[in-house]
Amino acid sequence: MQPFTKLSAVAVPFPQPNINTDDIYPGPLASPVVRLKKASMRDRADMGLNCFAAWRYDDEAEPNPDFILNQPPYDHAEILIAGENFGCGSSREMAVWALAGIGIRCIIAPSFGDIFFNNCFKNGVLPVRLAAEETSALRALAEDRSGPTFTVDLLAKTVTGPDGRVRPFEVVEYYRQALLGGLDEINATLTRLERIDAFEQDYRAQRPWLTY
Amino acid sequence: MAAKSLTLYEKIWNSHVVEDLGDGVCLIATDRQLIYDGTSFPAFDMLRAGGHAVRRPSSTLAMPDHSVPTKDRAAISGGAAAMVEQLRRNAVDHGISFLGLDDERQGIVHVVGPEQGFTQPGLIIACADSHTSTHGALGALAFGVGSSELAHILATQTLIQRAAKPMRVEISGTPHPAVSGKDLALAVMGAVGAAGGVGHAIEFTGEAVRRLSMEGRLTLCNMAVEAGARSGLVAPDEITFAWLKGRPMAPSGALWDQALAYWRTLASDEDAVWSRRVDVDAGDLAPQVTWGTSPDEVVGIDAVVPGPDAAPNAAAATAWRRSLDYVGLTPGQRMQDVSVDRVFIGSCTNSRLADLRAAAQVLKGRKVAAGVRAMAVPGSGLIKRAAEAEGLDRIFTEAGFEWRDPGCSMCFGSKFDSVGPGERCASTSNRNFENRQGPGARTHLVSPATAAATAVAGRFADVREFA
Repeated sequence: MQPFTKLSAVAVPFPQPNINTDDIYPGPLASPVVRLKKASMRDRADMGLNCFAAWRYDDEAEPNPDFILNQPPYDHAEILIAGENFGCGSSREMAVWALAGIGIRCIIAPSFGDIFFNNCFKNGVLPVRLAAEETSALRALAEDRSGPTFTVDLLAKTVTGPDGRVRPFEVVEYYRQALLGGLDEINATLTRLERIDAFEQDYRAQRPWLTY
Repeated sequence: MAAKSLTLYEKIWNSHVVEDLGDGVCLIATDRQLIYDGTSFPAFDMLRAGGHAVRRPSSTLAMPDHSVPTKDRAAISGGAAAMVEQLRRNAVDHGISFLGLDDERQGIVHVVGPEQGFTQPGLIIACADSHTSTHGALGALAFGVGSSELAHILATQTLIQRAAKPMRVEISGTPHPAVSGKDLALAVMGAVGAAGGVGHAIEFTGEAVRRLSMEGRLTLCNMAVEAGARSGLVAPDEITFAWLKGRPMAPSGALWDQALAYWRTLASDEDAVWSRRVDVDAGDLAPQVTWGTSPDEVVGIDAVVPGPDAAPNAAAATAWRRSLDYVGLTPGQRMQDVSVDRVFIGSCTNSRLADLRAAAQVLKGRKVAAGVRAMAVPGSGLIKRAAEAEGLDRIFTEAGFEWRDPGCSMCFGSKFDSVGPGERCASTSNRNFENRQGPGARTHLVSPATAAATAVAGRFADVREFA
């Protein structure tokens, strides 16, 4: 996994609450690029093409000029400043892969869909939870189309907007370390296998009906 | 000193903690997992890339449900056939049981797990699908995971997660007989909101929940995730045990007795501490229908479309305006004046035998209104057979419904089933999102009985008037 330490980049304001993972990574019919076979839903390298596809393209799979991610400076944003409950709905990890595929490395929101939130940490994408008023303030700063720089520092656990204000955020230490180090979680867990075996033996001894 | 009072969620979670990694993050042992075509292939790709084996193949059950045609199954071809074959190959290669399209037990994972008795109280069950919350209806701790988490589970039979906060939704009162588990679920959506359960696991309690059939509880827990909660839970009781007894993958004989003794201990303590509590009175509840593009945008069937000025805050008002524009409705319009083009009865929310019976009861001796296309899609092959044995298929087809083979079908738009641009669909599924059932599709979530009444009336109808 690609580590995340510190990012200075353009941020795109995306205020609509309850953006779901169908919005972020639409199914085949709702996606013009998939429908017209310009992107595969199987190939990780293609997933960015399908990001927000129902909004990002017209019916002919040409970029929709009215969609904010098609407009400069937001077409090269790496930070997305969202509304409440971003990434709700389906568990599809493709939503994170699609966002990462268009270069989004950090999402700031008052709250996130739980499964999406966890999926971010597995893919080098940092979800930052900030209070609604802080998020709104940052979104307002991001409305500036000259494309000012926002800095997200996972070492210091801060977001600094173009106003120079340093906003601290909280992140669970395990997830922070995983992102900082680009943790290979499966291999890390496999080093605990003896402990897991011992746990299971005891657990199953108490539950003899668990035969599979 | 007395033991600390705990919720059911905490009891199940605690019994699975292998190691506390700090900050509430735990390495937890998972018991069982379900896999299907759509989200498992990346997990198997990760296993292959990392050179990992599946640690306990017998704890996984695989079946295709998302990419399957629900009519003319023999004609499956192209990408869908490849998806199903890839799932079969991944299952067989790793020694995992696979229920293929030629197996009568095949169906939607969240229907088949409980139906086979694979889902049991006290277990942790994971699936790379958000509606895994469904299985909590049997008192299992069940939640959706991503494909990376699924790969971790398959390789290690564990998961690293942070415990959710326990939330209680108490549903009191005795609802009208035509008001179903789906109506309760939609009323909960309205009360809790699409983000109200974020970070929480919801336990449903109260008189209306205790009286609810297992099918109704499965529907209720299925929708927990639409309120933002990764898990829904109902404490197991006699209804649960009666449902499980004799199912193929449930314990039997002396093992049943041992399991039952344990299952009876699975309840929240009376003085357990909840992080959040929401109360819903089901006593006077009308059948529910969603009007917007988020499952919490819901009203009673006897209500009118609300206006943005009734929204709880400015952000919601903006979202409501967008929803109204997308669904093409006007504030003040009576829901019962809104006509529909399509009716879909099916999905992991509402495709069980009790759901089909409830719809058939309304449809018996009636016809689908002119201009409405309606379909019923059983949740599994076994449900299909049981429904046909009762003659439900004839009631559906004589009314003008299509009667299909099991699968996820029109819960989401695919090349097999979709709602056309601008078409309005009364759907028993769980998501009324923009474009969910097809580009430009307008989805309204309802119960199976309301879907049937709506099909007959050609517009949203109050099933209480269809005695």
